[in-house]
Amino acid sequence: MKVEDKLYLNGYKTDEAGGSHLVIKDVSVCESCELKQCLYICACSVYEQNENTGRIEINYEACVECGTCRIACDNIDWNYPRGGFGIAYKFG
Amino acid sequence: MSSKLEYDVIVVGAGPAGLSAAIVLAKAGVKVIVLERGKFPGSKNVMGGVFYSDCMKGIVDEFPGKAPVERHVIEQRMWILDDGSSVGFNHRNELFNKKPYNCHTVFRAKLDRWLAAEAEKAGALIINNTVVRAPLMENGKVIGVKTDRPDGDVFANCVIATDGVNSLFAKAMGLRKKIKQDAVAIAVKEVIGLDEEVINNRFNITGEEGVTIEMTGSYFSGETMAFLYTNKKSVSLGVGMVLKDVIENKINPNDLIEKLKKHPSVAPLIAGGETKEFLAHLIPEGGYKEMPKLVGNGVMIAGDAAMMVDAIHREGSNLAITSGKFAAEAYIEAAKNGDFSEKALLPYVKKLQDSFVLKDLKKYKGVPELLQTNKRLLLKYPKLLNQAAFEMLNVDGVPVKDKEKLIWKTVKKEIGIGNLVKDLFKLWRNMA
Repeated sequence: MKVEDKLYLNGYKTDEAGGSHLVIKDVSVCESCELKQCLYICACSVYEQNENTGRIEINYEACVECGTCRIACDNIDWNYPRGGFGIAYKFG
Repeated sequence: MSSKLEYDVIVVGAGPAGLSAAIVLAKAGVKVIVLERGKFPGSKNVMGGVFYSDCMKGIVDEFPGKAPVERHVIEQRMWILDDGSSVGFNHRNELFNKKPYNCHTVFRAKLDRWLAAEAEKAGALIINNTVVRAPLMENGKVIGVKTDRPDGDVFANCVIATDGVNSLFAKAMGLRKKIKQDAVAIAVKEVIGLDEEVINNRFNITGEEGVTIEMTGSYFSGETMAFLYTNKKSVSLGVGMVLKDVIENKINPNDLIEKLKKHPSVAPLIAGGETKEFLAHLIPEGGYKEMPKLVGNGVMIAGDAAMMVDAIHREGSNLAITSGKFAAEAYIEAAKNGDFSEKALLPYVKKLQDSFVLKDLKKYKGVPELLQTNKRLLLKYPKLLNQAAFEMLNVDGVPVKDKEKLIWKTVKKEIGIGNLVKDLFKLWRNMA
């Protein structure tokens, strides 16, 4: 089962106004990053590399706030979404 | 929130640790507020799903009582997986079928919500949709918290930080160092819907009885624990790997759970099931050596935020409940003198030291490092065990004595006698 199909099952309240709670601190660090672990360590595939620009893009809407990327990479400014936003599990 | 909000105690995060603290405090007449960032308590909270009953003594009158639990566990299985095979042990016991039940499978979004309602009944105030952004400090002491609400500063004598594995509060307080990549496991889980009768038939159970299966082994390419737990009308299937191994072996957690689903020992148990939810969570597995400082001036840390997980015994929420209770008790004692300094809150640490919480974490303090530095234990022995089991059980005309010789030869080649003795000694030293 693809992760996209799984995420579709989850309940999210996306913070459209507030924007992403995950921010790349320094884009140039990503450019010279060889491992790019953010592209595979995330269970929800939040991080994607844009094929045209080569830039790392953040699909924060899919984030379940586990914190893996925060510990896997020092170049991510990781915060909780604003109160009430983000993942809301039905089962947990 | 407007004007100056003052409470006796602020609890950051409505999980098991925070809610048990809130209940004990509220019952003692302490004015306590619980700040929860989710839209309801439990909405952000994840675990595999086994909740032990004993820790609830003194928290609620009766457990499970009306608590939303799934099944009480009567049988626990442990499987060592290799490619296409498994070797297993199990323990089923009629004593586990008698009240009070040892443990239940649960859903945290339901259990935590119920526990929060119990805290409210006891007199605690629970505020949802509120993120604690930073501690408020004065003269080196925590005097409250800054929230993401307008005019959202809240003041108190003491803060109990139970904000989970990421514990940004402990970090902001400088009470812990950066979390290491080998001190956490990234776990993913799926709740897979199945008919009640199908579950009962597949797991050899009836009524409210439940089964748990823990899995590890050379089927995975790093330090991994997987599980399959029975709920009423679903099973929880999950797998966690130490983040360092995930990074080094370039593992995607979703690929990992898909691989688990395909194992011939797992696939038939979940066949025909429909995934209902997909979850991911970090498990603080660093153990005793990676714990933060547990008290500061006007602050105590409990539960996952304090790395209180006993991964060997699959225990965490019971350590959280117990530590939350101890923090509340320590506050109540400190309040007698109106002194909430680090020194006055130290009885919290003493209570933990005198209990199973720190005794168990201390007992296994060497295990996380042992498993990380000795890859043979989880990747080589499981394979050999599976090969040996096959060799002994497969009837192919070869005399048993020759089969034994072959197994021994493989062990010598793959591990070596010296390493075998060393590994056994190290395991005994760290586990016994």
